[in-house]
Amino acid sequence: MIRRSQSMDPARPVGNSVSRVMRTVIYALLPGSLLFIHFFGWGVAVNIALVMASAWLFEAVMLRIRGVASGPFLGDGSALLTGLLLALSLPPLVPWWIPVLGAFVAIVVAKQLYGGLGHNPFNPAMAAFAVLLIAFPRELSLWAAPQVLQSHALSLWEAVQFSLSGRLPGELVFDAISAATPLDKLRTDTGLGRSVADITQAAVFGHWAGRGSEWVSLAYLAGGLALVGLRIVSWHIPVSLLVTLVVAAGIGQWLDPQHAPGVLVHLLGGASMLGAFFIATDPVTAATTTRGKLIYGAGIGLLIYAIRTWGGYPDGVAFAVLLMGLAVPLLDRHALPRVFGARPAGDERAG
Amino acid sequence: MNRLWRFAGGLRLAGHKRESVMGGVRQLPTPKRVVLPLQQHVGAPAEPVVQVGQTVCKGELLARAESFVSAPVHASVSGTVVAIDNYAVPHPSGIAEPCVVIESDGEERWWPDLKTPSDPATQSAEKLRELIRAAGVVGLGGAVFPSAAKLGPPRPVDTLVINGVECEPYITCDDTLMRSRPDDVVRGSAVLRRIVAAQRCLIAVEDNKPEALARLRAVLATLAGELDVSGIEVVSVPTVFPTGGEKQLIKVLTGREVPVGGLPYEVGCVCLNVGTAAAVHDAVYTGRPLLSRLVTVTGPGVRHPDNFEVPLGTSVSDLLAAAGGVTTDAPELIMGGPMMGFSLPGEHLPITKASNCILVRTDSASKPAMPCIRCGSCASACPMQLLPQQLYWHARGREFDKLTRYHLNSCIECGCCNAVCPSHIPLVDYFRFAKSEIADQAYKRERANESRIRNQQRTERLEAARRAAEERKAKRKAGRKRAAEPAPDAAASAVREAS
Ligand code: SF4
Ligand code: SF4
Repeated sequence: MIRRSQSMDPARPVGNSVSRVMRTVIYALLPGSLLFIHFFGWGVAVNIALVMASAWLFEAVMLRIRGVASGPFLGDGSALLTGLLLALSLPPLVPWWIPVLGAFVAIVVAKQLYGGLGHNPFNPAMAAFAVLLIAFPRELSLWAAPQVLQSHALSLWEAVQFSLSGRLPGELVFDAISAATPLDKLRTDTGLGRSVADITQAAVFGHWAGRGSEWVSLAYLAGGLALVGLRIVSWHIPVSLLVTLVVAAGIGQWLDPQHAPGVLVHLLGGASMLGAFFIATDPVTAATTTRGKLIYGAGIGLLIYAIRTWGGYPDGVAFAVLLMGLAVPLLDRHALPRVFGARPAGDERAG
Repeated sequence: MNRLWRFAGGLRLAGHKRESVMGGVRQLPTPKRVVLPLQQHVGAPAEPVVQVGQTVCKGELLARAESFVSAPVHASVSGTVVAIDNYAVPHPSGIAEPCVVIESDGEERWWPDLKTPSDPATQSAEKLRELIRAAGVVGLGGAVFPSAAKLGPPRPVDTLVINGVECEPYITCDDTLMRSRPDDVVRGSAVLRRIVAAQRCLIAVEDNKPEALARLRAVLATLAGELDVSGIEVVSVPTVFPTGGEKQLIKVLTGREVPVGGLPYEVGCVCLNVGTAAAVHDAVYTGRPLLSRLVTVTGPGVRHPDNFEVPLGTSVSDLLAAAGGVTTDAPELIMGGPMMGFSLPGEHLPITKASNCILVRTDSASKPAMPCIRCGSCASACPMQLLPQQLYWHARGREFDKLTRYHLNSCIECGCCNAVCPSHIPLVDYFRFAKSEIADQAYKRERANESRIRNQQRTERLEAARRAAEERKAKRKAGRKRAAEPAPDAAASAVREAS
């Protein structure tokens, strides 16, 4: 290992720290989270609380087991952020063990077993979400409808009860309060031969892309822009991701206006905004060079479109992020910036 | 001058200049004892020409430069040489190196052999370069490269850059110099321009030093009647760290990029510090060697921050005392600025030609380093457009070939990456360490190579000797044979010649 000479130091004139970064990202997620709760009910709040609490606990236990000084790491907020991102990806009403199991996979398997903060090759929240989606497709595809469309909005207590016991109050059946998500509905109904214009008349579509969820997406966008403004997140990944998605969706719609969902549905109907600003930008698992970031973002945008259009799942953010994660080592090795004083790109002169 | 360029990366830092700019220069009382390292410059150490016990005068030659990239050392006070031995010198590694120690007699007697040269305007470039070399002038911006060695560029250059940028926070010695001796800076620059035969000379100063800019411009106007100042220009550059880096400054002023691993002359430039220009002035106008330098003493831990004219070899402790002492029991002393400086292990170390600043901090509480989260902040701050996170990764893994591929050699150790890293990783420490390791390995390889070659030569020598002996033996035998039966001799010798 490295010998620490006494050259250590320079004052750090620019106050920055991992915990500050993580905290700021969590704050930027707050408006979206609150709107999510507002539109989709207390179940969301229960999920958030469960995932974040268990993520933090798992982190503490794992640090203990690995014998790492837990002080600075537990305070870094990265486990809480992972938990929040996972919670925001889950359907509003799920039994308690789904969030807890998700937190376990994210923190213990996807993060700590690989060596903890900074060493995980895959985005822990998305790895956990993908595992849950594959292992428990039924639980993960039952989405509670936006509250205004439900015959009975659950109270906080009823939501907690559902989480713990899986029981709904009184005579209520799950069908009465659930509905396919916009992307899901589009997928099944276009499969039945209906046209997009026809399908999007349904109440669940709201103004542009999805009742409630379109506002949540806009709130994520606002939070994301704030992060870009604060230089916590660089613009490259979100912009290249969203632009690619828009272009792909635009071409798709132009080729098949009958059956291809519009650009707005792609942007606001699913997890695109959450993915573009908060998930794909996870520094640990994203490409790090400027060119690498642009390629990485564009790749995710394309994959999201492809999975939504041709894949087996209604939304594709998690898989797109995980798949592009495989390309990161390659991008980091080859999408290098031009070093000061180096000949223009293509000239491999070592120096 | 109508256009300036930008370089990628860099940081806008809080200047902390006001603490130490008092406008003037304070003289240090003659120190009782000076410790003068024989290597205060890049290149070969100087060879001592004095003996222990010898009396020396101020300005007398103590050690001679034996090679092209080297610089002589002179006595900064008059007195007696009391030791020539290894002493701790200010260096990041804290090593001890050969020094000449002089006990001062307090009389400040000048060396009678110092010649006052004739008007520099009448001297040849060759003669001027010789004067500069003999005066021991080196780059006073901190790089301490022997100046004379820079002044004979192998290719013609069109631009001489005089660096008065002083971009590092806290340090104000160049600012003070430009305010107190603007005429010497301009005269020195004019001499330098003549030596390198550049069409133009740009004196660059950051725009956070309006006073220095104004004085230089005023002096330039007044000197116009007296010496050739055509093509000399004072340029205000934006305050961004590290604009004072040689390569960055050349880029800002000319838009040219010094190639990887290359030198400024390759893009038609020579770059010297304002302090160097003033030292050149002293050397060619007064014949005085470099005996002292301006040092900023500043930081929250020192009572009266200021700029001091310090005889070389003075102990840091004397300097701190002159600044009113430190305000805390456990000060952290940094030589240089907060970005590029390094911690000193103690205060009994000499001020050398490289010492531009002593920064005294009250807290050294560096935050614990967290793992790299690959956020890329370091890469966007890096003025050389490197990928510090990859360098860090490979430095930890000791994968030196990868480090070369990621251009570790281009790292100027500016500290921008350190400053922005949210994980508080001391990146530059890793880079300095890796660089020294690589240099070490190369040295070892060379040594191994040399000894291999020596060994091989020895084997060949022995082999040749053995063969020669055998041949002699064979000849003797053949001679005996020939004597016995002379007939087939012609045929035998023909065969031997053909083989
Ligand atoms: S700034 Fe620090 S944490 Fe971020 S990539 Fe660079 S070394 Fe890693
Ligand atoms: S110290 Fe080296 S790697 Fe770090 S910012 Fe400066 S040049 Fe780049």
